[in-house]
Amino acid sequence: MASSCRRPEHMAPPEVFYNEDEARKYSQNSRMIEIQTQMSERAVELLNLPEDQSCFLLDVGCGSGLSGDYLSEEGHLWVGVDISTAMLDVALDREVEGDLLLCDMGQGMPFRPGTFDGCISISALQWLCNADKKTHSPPKRLYTFFSTLYSSLARGARAVFQIYPENSEQLELITAQAMKAGFTGGMVVDYPNSTKAKKFFLCLFAGVSGVLPKGLGTETVDRGVSNQVQFTGQRSRFKNMKGKSVKKSKDWIMEKKERRRRQGRDVRADTKYTGRQRRPHF
Amino acid sequence: MKLLTHNMLTSHVKGVVKGYPLLIKATEVKVNEVEFNPQFVSRMIPKLEWTALVQAAQGLGHLNDLPNELVPDYEKNEEFLRKVHRVLLEVEVLEGCLQCPESGREFPISKGVPNMLLNEDET
Repeated sequence: MASSCRRPEHMAPPEVFYNEDEARKYSQNSRMIEIQTQMSERAVELLNLPEDQSCFLLDVGCGSGLSGDYLSEEGHLWVGVDISTAMLDVALDREVEGDLLLCDMGQGMPFRPGTFDGCISISALQWLCNADKKTHSPPKRLYTFFSTLYSSLARGARAVFQIYPENSEQLELITAQAMKAGFTGGMVVDYPNSTKAKKFFLCLFAGVSGVLPKGLGTETVDRGVSNQVQFTGQRSRFKNMKGKSVKKSKDWIMEKKERRRRQGRDVRADTKYTGRQRRPHF
Repeated sequence: MKLLTHNMLTSHVKGVVKGYPLLIKATEVKVNEVEFNPQFVSRMIPKLEWTALVQAAQGLGHLNDLPNELVPDYEKNEEFLRKVHRVLLEVEVLEGCLQCPESGREFPISKGVPNMLLNEDET
């Protein structure tokens, strides 16, 4: 991957990478705060918690507590776990409501069985896929993490992890270890057609299995999956055979709008005025 | 660290079978006002290890007249729920350490954050 030098996991271990400078960004950079809050919102939505009930949640890799703030806003109580002392210091400065623990997720979660009603984690799991010390073995650390997490969750609880996977092998490594630990579930991909808005959520169920939720912006993709040829009464038109439609034509505009809709962007609804020529002016 | 978190924490040192409950050796304790939520407290009570909670509260000197045995019908007993709420969510340990009852390993607490990191030979 060409952009591999830009991935923070490749630069240093998490407790070193998230130093005071990096931690400060998480309390000052409004764009970072906005993205983190958006992702926590979606993660909580995927958790599918009972409404009007405050739950006891675990936030793995809580960092400066941005995701925790959203949990508190929703009326839940939470415990945050992180390996970076600098990030936890920022969280203390921001006076977050949850309890914080300094803990390495690869060493397992030190909680009693059945403690939490759910678990969220924003951009933390990919750190476990790196061996930062000679003694580290990513599959083993992932397994320790997932198996201890499984036992600390209540039956029927969910765990949602937002991750930035590097490649498909890494995804496979993570899901394989999660399944080995007893979880069911899988990946939910939001906006799979957009490079920027695409987000991966690993959605795991402990105990009772549920139906895996659909990713946002995926409705149009699923149609093409069927392995049977669909019969249409329509005659194939010339424009389909010619390939792309003429620029600025109505078809071209409609195609472009559809494409941008799939990418999850804001697109005006189609009306009778869409792609229509303006009246001739004198 | 709140006592609710302490009640859920166990020692995860390698080879420890029952690292529970962790012994609190506190040097600084603070009481924080937290909004009272009766539903949450009554939902958490069945999950708690009651004896561990009473021991921990006693050790910190914030027992707040909690009985040794759990009261039946606690859902409707608001006075009791308020007491539990105070001990569970308002009493916070700021400085000190947690000790594993089995291995004797100590986990330091600084600024209210317990350090649960293990050494390489303990994982």
